[in-house]
Amino acid sequence: MPDRTDLIYAYDGSFVGLMCCVFESYEQKEIPSVIRPPGVQQGLFDTAKWIETDEHKAERVFNSIPLKISSQAQELVKLGFLTCAPHKELLIYHFLRLGFKYGSKVMTMLTDDTVCSLQKAVRHLTSESHKFKGFVRFSVYGEVLVAVIEPKNFVLPLLSLHFSDRFRNESFMIYDKTHSMALIYRSQKAELMFVDELTLPEVNGTEVEYRRLWKQFYKTIAIEGRNNPRCRMTLMPKRYWGQMTEFQWHVAETATELPPTSVGSLDSPFKYPTRK
Amino acid sequence: MLNIDIYDKLTILSDSAKYDVACTSSGVNRSGKQGTIGSAAKAGICHSFSADGRCISLLKVLMTNICVFDCKYCVNRVSNDIVRVGFTPVELAELTINFYRRNYIEGLFLSSGVIKNPNNTIEQMIKALELLRNAYHFGGYIHVKAIPGADSELITRLGLLADRMSINIELPSQESLKLLAPDKTKESILRPMGLISTKIQENSTDLVKFRHASKFVPAGQSTQLIVGATPDTDHKILTLTEGLYKKYHLKRVFFSAYMPVAEHSLLPSVDIKPPLMREHRLYQADWLLRFYGFEAKELLNEQNPNFNLQVDPKCNWALNHLEKFPLEINKAPYEMLLRVPGIGVTSAMRILTARRSSPIDFSGLKKMGIVLKRAQYFITCKGKIMEGLKITSDEAIRALMSDQFKLTSHYPEQLSLFREPFIRSEDVQQCLTGQI
Repeated sequence: MPDRTDLIYAYDGSFVGLMCCVFESYEQKEIPSVIRPPGVQQGLFDTAKWIETDEHKAERVFNSIPLKISSQAQELVKLGFLTCAPHKELLIYHFLRLGFKYGSKVMTMLTDDTVCSLQKAVRHLTSESHKFKGFVRFSVYGEVLVAVIEPKNFVLPLLSLHFSDRFRNESFMIYDKTHSMALIYRSQKAELMFVDELTLPEVNGTEVEYRRLWKQFYKTIAIEGRNNPRCRMTLMPKRYWGQMTEFQWHVAETATELPPTSVGSLDSPFKYPTRK
Repeated sequence: MLNIDIYDKLTILSDSAKYDVACTSSGVNRSGKQGTIGSAAKAGICHSFSADGRCISLLKVLMTNICVFDCKYCVNRVSNDIVRVGFTPVELAELTINFYRRNYIEGLFLSSGVIKNPNNTIEQMIKALELLRNAYHFGGYIHVKAIPGADSELITRLGLLADRMSINIELPSQESLKLLAPDKTKESILRPMGLISTKIQENSTDLVKFRHASKFVPAGQSTQLIVGATPDTDHKILTLTEGLYKKYHLKRVFFSAYMPVAEHSLLPSVDIKPPLMREHRLYQADWLLRFYGFEAKELLNEQNPNFNLQVDPKCNWALNHLEKFPLEINKAPYEMLLRVPGIGVTSAMRILTARRSSPIDFSGLKKMGIVLKRAQYFITCKGKIMEGLKITSDEAIRALMSDQFKLTSHYPEQLSLFREPFIRSEDVQQCLTGQI
């Protein structure tokens, strides 16, 4: 298989597109050195090969993973796509190459650079999403709960099930500022959509009152004689504090809303919306 | 609706509840139901961390701080002159639901002072929880404290409303109880504990027989022991802990370094520092009992009744059993991997997985995220010790220990083992939260 070091794939940034890159590489017997999502600056002389997104090809690749490797590997690939690992595309691609070569054994090759990097990235994702299950803070606007988060990884698909289950009868939105995406749950259905900017209306008196009660509880529950800010920081790094009620001591509540641009459902990585 | 003084009530009643260390929301999985609000996650979810580094997961409050008992170590003792308030069931339910909706909390931790007598108190608590569960359809986590001395029938009813129930032993011996908590006896604490334990077992057979049998404290029971208020040794505390896990099938035993809140001739003076490192060592040992296959008698005995504050219990054990080391990473069974200082459950599992495909060397261990700082002295990879490591005899290891003894201004009693400063961040973390 010719290993052209300058071969660059460009794809549309969707999971389907990435699976097509894998398909293309096997079909053409070539190994890309870069798989580039849209919006990444390209080098002066690089001429990328555009990989068309084709759902049929993608499905062939995706469905072959549990057959030729294992269903755990398929899960890892799915999650790997949500991580913030730099060059996650290449990581997933090389992981799949190893998998198609070694079969289910690839999941035990923890000392391999590719496998351990991908697993590490996925652990980062799952631990971040677990943290957000606790750190998300909703504000009540009329009948709707709204929260804003700024995660490093794309955690919304992982939070969806947890919050939809917990708040079955509510309507809520979790806005991911980092990825300009919102998880919206209403009438028992969750969906993801692009939201470029979110400005929220003023909150009412009850909301202000409960925020005040929570802040007071937060302050009171700490035992002074055991004060340990470093420990708190390790368990809850400062980057989370920005959106947490208990750390908002003097904020003006403001707001603007832009119409959502596209809609997708959540049960499969094929359905995550992509920016056109 | 919001009462004018709910703010003050919350302040007083959470302030009095904060010395209860347990704030875990773990032990039960329950998915949400149509028409209700809330669910529970087996692993537990921390919603915030307070300035002392402890996890906040439940709205931890007392129903009232009125108390007829006079436990010397407690802020709410009847002889203490403080403001007394109480939540009404509606206030408590509104607060819980509204905090829960905003995802501030995972549920409620309800405790109470003893109002007239234990039975009356439990009846009040049942009333509040029934309102929350049945009228507000709350499906989140509830941890409730049972009151020592209450009737079995009432404890049973309370248990059907809660996920976890706890009865705090607080003082690890009958003598200490007599001295400091004259209204409690060992019997009044252990009897309900036994009752809860039996009920849980009965209930689990009921659940096999009838799928819809209502669940009695599905997340099990826990307790708390105060460390440092009385002269009880670590050995005594740890043996008691082991007994509680074995006999009463407790899910957790929590330790609380004694915080001087009251001046009394029978108690340590109010300006002593809480024995945080001792508490931490007990938690480490507790972990060794629950997840690492250790027994209390391997860690402490009559001759060495207290933990070495300079060395963690596992390292201490390893140094006293050097004949078992070094251990070959590629051959050692899981139980032995767990006994290597610096290798925990996650690391041991990863080693098992990785060696199925190929032998592991030191660089492989590092890649897998295994910290070698302490482990390197106790292991070999493919028959070799780590390159550059000069330690070959036990004397050398001991020398390495004493060489690095350093006094830090903050914790005068804490000395340094190997090269790292003694208190590692994960120590501090676990020290205060009691979790990994």
